[in-house]
Amino acid sequence: MRNAFADELTKLGNEDARIVMLSGDIGNRLFDKFRDKHPARFFNCGVAEANMMGVAAGMAMNGLRPVAYTITPFVTTRCLEQIRTDVCYHEAPVTIVSVGGGLAYSGLGPTHHACEDISFLRALPNMVVICPGDAHEVRAALRASMQQDRPVYIRMGKKGEPVVHPGPISDFAIGKAITVQAGSDVCLLSTGNMLPEAVEAGHKLKEHGISAEVVSFHTVKPLDEDCLRKAFAKFRLVATLEEHSLIGGFGAAVSEWLTDTETQPKKFLRFGTPDAFFKKSGEQEYAREVLGLTGHQIAEKILHALT
Amino acid sequence: MNVAVRNTAPPIDAGALKLQAALLRGKVIEMSHAAQAAHLASSLSCADIVTAAYWHVLNIDPARPKDPLRDRFILSKGHAAAALYATLAMKAYFPIEELNTYCQDGGRLAEHPPANLLPGVEAATGSLGHGLPLSCGMALSGRIKGEHFRVFALLSDGENNEGSVWEAAMFASAQKLDNVCVIVDYNKWQATARSNETLMLAPLREKWAAFGWDAHEIDGHDVAALAAAMQRVPNGSGKPVALIAHTVKGKGVSFMEDDNNWHYRAPTAEEVVKAKKELGLT
Repeated sequence: MRNAFADELTKLGNEDARIVMLSGDIGNRLFDKFRDKHPARFFNCGVAEANMMGVAAGMAMNGLRPVAYTITPFVTTRCLEQIRTDVCYHEAPVTIVSVGGGLAYSGLGPTHHACEDISFLRALPNMVVICPGDAHEVRAALRASMQQDRPVYIRMGKKGEPVVHPGPISDFAIGKAITVQAGSDVCLLSTGNMLPEAVEAGHKLKEHGISAEVVSFHTVKPLDEDCLRKAFAKFRLVATLEEHSLIGGFGAAVSEWLTDTETQPKKFLRFGTPDAFFKKSGEQEYAREVLGLTGHQIAEKILHALT
Repeated sequence: MNVAVRNTAPPIDAGALKLQAALLRGKVIEMSHAAQAAHLASSLSCADIVTAAYWHVLNIDPARPKDPLRDRFILSKGHAAAALYATLAMKAYFPIEELNTYCQDGGRLAEHPPANLLPGVEAATGSLGHGLPLSCGMALSGRIKGEHFRVFALLSDGENNEGSVWEAAMFASAQKLDNVCVIVDYNKWQATARSNETLMLAPLREKWAAFGWDAHEIDGHDVAALAAAMQRVPNGSGKPVALIAHTVKGKGVSFMEDDNNWHYRAPTAEEVVKAKKELGLT
């Protein structure tokens, strides 16, 4: 996702002179192309995220379209008040892009994990929260963000994730979920970098004769209510998948929607991370296995719920 | 490329500026009494700085509050909102009668300046340590777009406690933002204690200088000197400018001066009369 972001940003920067790139001293060489073409619109803001976010807001309040980028916890929770007050309160069209959502940087330890950011950012008025499911969605989300006038948070995984979509998404819209695979029995609503696990879970379920619809629910705020209405009406079981805490994340947002719309789910499962820091060393695949977030584990739990 | 044509700086009329500062003090004292609102002493402390900015330095047109080429004034110490509101009203950004709605239900004049609500208010402040990063972003946007305006940020001394101020200070000097000017209202008090007994600010000018700023100490109540120093920005040093303005909290009213109870206290009707008499505003 990371490289797609840098590449798409360079393209957008060529088309739109308002776009400014702010980096929190990461992405060594990642932005070389952007930098070469637009040296006056690239700023390494150093390890000073509160300032970076304030600078971004000040630029956006004066007609520019800054993109503020660093590792997820540092560009979200570290500078949360700047996001709330400088960006959201002023309705400043800053695009916050994070790398390492969820447990993408599992091996770096809990300082670099991000399983609370969706919760914090979706609570902020005026904020749009997008968790792209693959590199194509990253490109489309970034492009869509630049075509509107609100603060946007784009939560990426890392680099080299499986690409799920067959090609560029021409009809991407903020707040409009994408059906990746049609099905008839259960519906897997996946947000962010869990999308490949959702696809894998769909395959496993198929082996057991269960037809799963797989949806990339990339926008957590605003929710695609039309998609939710149809899913809860049609399927025997609906599940939300996210690499984020069950407190306050995507699944929580859907739970709130169920309550607020007085919708009675037939069966509703939420897959996410527990209310705990993941302290052990190990990469993302290991962490997902321990936490029950791999495709085959998700499929097993769904099969169990259906019996 | 848009290039602002700066008004040729008129000669400084010290007498007129002093009168204007007294009028501002009288107005915020009345507002504090009417609303029984806090932070009066903080507004009095910076009255001469705000007056110098709005009545001499800033290249602004109240009829065009969104003019892209205007100079920006960021009241980073947002708790002095009354001083900003009264100044903006006296500059005719909005009707002077609206000052009567200060802190009233349903009004636009809350205890801290609001976002996207009141003409002339450049940024919603109140949480300290936000104004300077915003100022840097605005200054850079001017550089990117070829708009040659200046950004003045008024900080409180207590605000220098915030780490984000120093993040921004290093950023501004690295980016050579010589169109940014910080004025620190150094009244030696923060909300509940002496500033230097809380977190050590001293030596404050040297700190700003060490962070790469062209830093100067100045009498924060010499409105003519303030006007001259601010008007010089950008001053050819290639650096952002910091003016460490030595001030007295509650300045202008003998029984409020350097008495930190007036950080929160609001004056009685009798005290308003007494204060205005001292200011020569009877």
